[in-house]
Amino acid sequence: MKSQYSLGSKILTCFFAVLCIIWMIPIFEVLINSFKSNAYVNMDAFALPNSESFVGFGNYVKGLTFGNYPLVNSVIYSVVITVLSVGLILLFCSMSAWYIARVDNWFAKLFYYLCLFSMIVPFQMVMFSLSSTAHELGLNTPWTIPIVYLGFGAGLAVFMFVGFVKGLPLEIEEAAAIDGCGPLRTFFLVVMPMLKPTLISVGILQTMWVWNDYLLPMLVLDINDYRTIPIHVDYLKGSYGTVDLGATMAVIMLSITPVIILYLFCQKHIIKGVAAGAVKG
Amino acid sequence: MSKKQKGGQNLNSYQIRRPLKRMFPLFILPTFLCFIIGFIWPFLQGIYLSFTDFMVPSDAELTVIPAIEAAQKDPSLITEAGGSFSYYMDAMFQNYRKAFEDPSFSRAFWNTAGFAVVSIVAINVIAFAIAYALTQKMRGSNLFRTVFFMPNLIGGVVLGYIWSMIFDAILKQYATYLTANSTYGFWGLVILVAWQQIGYIMIIYIAGLQSVSEDMLEAARIDGANGWQTLFRVTIPNVMPSITICTFLTLTNSFKMFDQNMALTGGDPTITLAGGAQIKSTELLALNIYSTYKIGRRWHGTAQAKAVIFFLLVAVLAIAQLTATRKKEVQQ
Repeated sequence: MKSQYSLGSKILTCFFAVLCIIWMIPIFEVLINSFKSNAYVNMDAFALPNSESFVGFGNYVKGLTFGNYPLVNSVIYSVVITVLSVGLILLFCSMSAWYIARVDNWFAKLFYYLCLFSMIVPFQMVMFSLSSTAHELGLNTPWTIPIVYLGFGAGLAVFMFVGFVKGLPLEIEEAAAIDGCGPLRTFFLVVMPMLKPTLISVGILQTMWVWNDYLLPMLVLDINDYRTIPIHVDYLKGSYGTVDLGATMAVIMLSITPVIILYLFCQKHIIKGVAAGAVKG
Repeated sequence: MSKKQKGGQNLNSYQIRRPLKRMFPLFILPTFLCFIIGFIWPFLQGIYLSFTDFMVPSDAELTVIPAIEAAQKDPSLITEAGGSFSYYMDAMFQNYRKAFEDPSFSRAFWNTAGFAVVSIVAINVIAFAIAYALTQKMRGSNLFRTVFFMPNLIGGVVLGYIWSMIFDAILKQYATYLTANSTYGFWGLVILVAWQQIGYIMIIYIAGLQSVSEDMLEAARIDGANGWQTLFRVTIPNVMPSITICTFLTLTNSFKMFDQNMALTGGDPTITLAGGAQIKSTELLALNIYSTYKIGRRWHGTAQAKAVIFFLLVAVLAIAQLTATRKKEVQQ
């Protein structure tokens, strides 16, 4: 045997190759059904499109305006909400975490323990009150809802950042302070760059949460005007007695393809970020 | 490593602390204010609302108030209830009593408990097995990792609709459909969630397995331990921290499960109990709270009371689980 892989590991590779193909079947299913007309999806969802059932990109064209709401709007709102929310969370939570770790007075401790506590509170506990509070404060648009996300998502983010900041050497920050840097410059020029791995980690976890979140925007946003992608997909099924499955699958395909492409490009960071995030937790 | 030993004694350097304290409004106030809006206030108001009757929080009225008024008009109510204490306590906790008496809530509780047990075991065992195999010397393990993790990128609502189509297509061959039977809905949800979360949990186990030192495994091998012995006596005790995290995550995730449940079956099918009450048979707790709220105004307070019970349950379980598995971790 010249190969560096033993026979056992070759068998294992084959086994996992098959398993991975099985693993991808659901996504593959969405893909093939997005090219079939509705009647054929209902008849046999596993059949490949043939000359009768194939509708080309018809479902996709239909999907763009399907459910009486332009899909483009949903994509824009989802992007706006995710980018603003994750940006706010990364900036303000890392600043707070640095304050908590370095000042460490009663208030910092209190805030830290409240953050820990918030991590075990299910959303159902706060949702009725939160949605009315958000309405009263005008936080019910895609441009203001990030404030709510910052508030509800602060717990995990602050917790992770504090864990990391506590491991940073204090000497570097002291040196910066002695060299005349105020807290702002010390934070942005010295601490922030050292926090980069955690920023990526928290950023990925929060993006996955905000992008896919259904209930919070559903309760807080004005649904007739603003629908995020998960809400849009939900309305496709909810608003019709008989659902056009072909077009629904096309909409789902349109909404997950960019995410999967993005994932394939930076999967190393994502997987590393998730692992690092969990170890901290 | 030297960083860690420093912790505790000398963290609050004077040079950093003093100027930073003055920057309080800039560094901590924005997050704290949002935290009050997004968490603290809704949480406290949520506890209050669970004792009230409300349409929206601003018109909430404590359930005990009408009871007091009624008792002033007709004092016999108090004697009928067996004393003023039990009368007022009953009025006070009216929403909670209604929650506990609701058969759909207990059904949802048992659904959630069963679902949690099955999915925690399934997800952790399969994810650990895959992680263990993928950390062996093997071609293509990075690609496999990428594939297994992918379902995590898709949101719960979308996943629910994808899988409901697939399950319906499979069950059609047996002339039935997903929401025909609560057993289908239950196992369907288990399969969906396993498919979604195995990749995530696997990543955490891989990180844990990679941190087990090669020397220790080598030593076990030299001492004559076989593969299984090495796995159970050396590897698993050393990845206990990962097991703690993963069981914690799968436990809290399965208890908080909402999107997938709503999109896959929406709680259907509705069944009729012996007493004539109609309840949704595949609802988990989170969805039950939401649908209780949607019944109408008279149920808003009850929904909030259910949410408080739900919160206490999740909190107790999470803390109990953490203390239980932390004890088993190997001190390093």
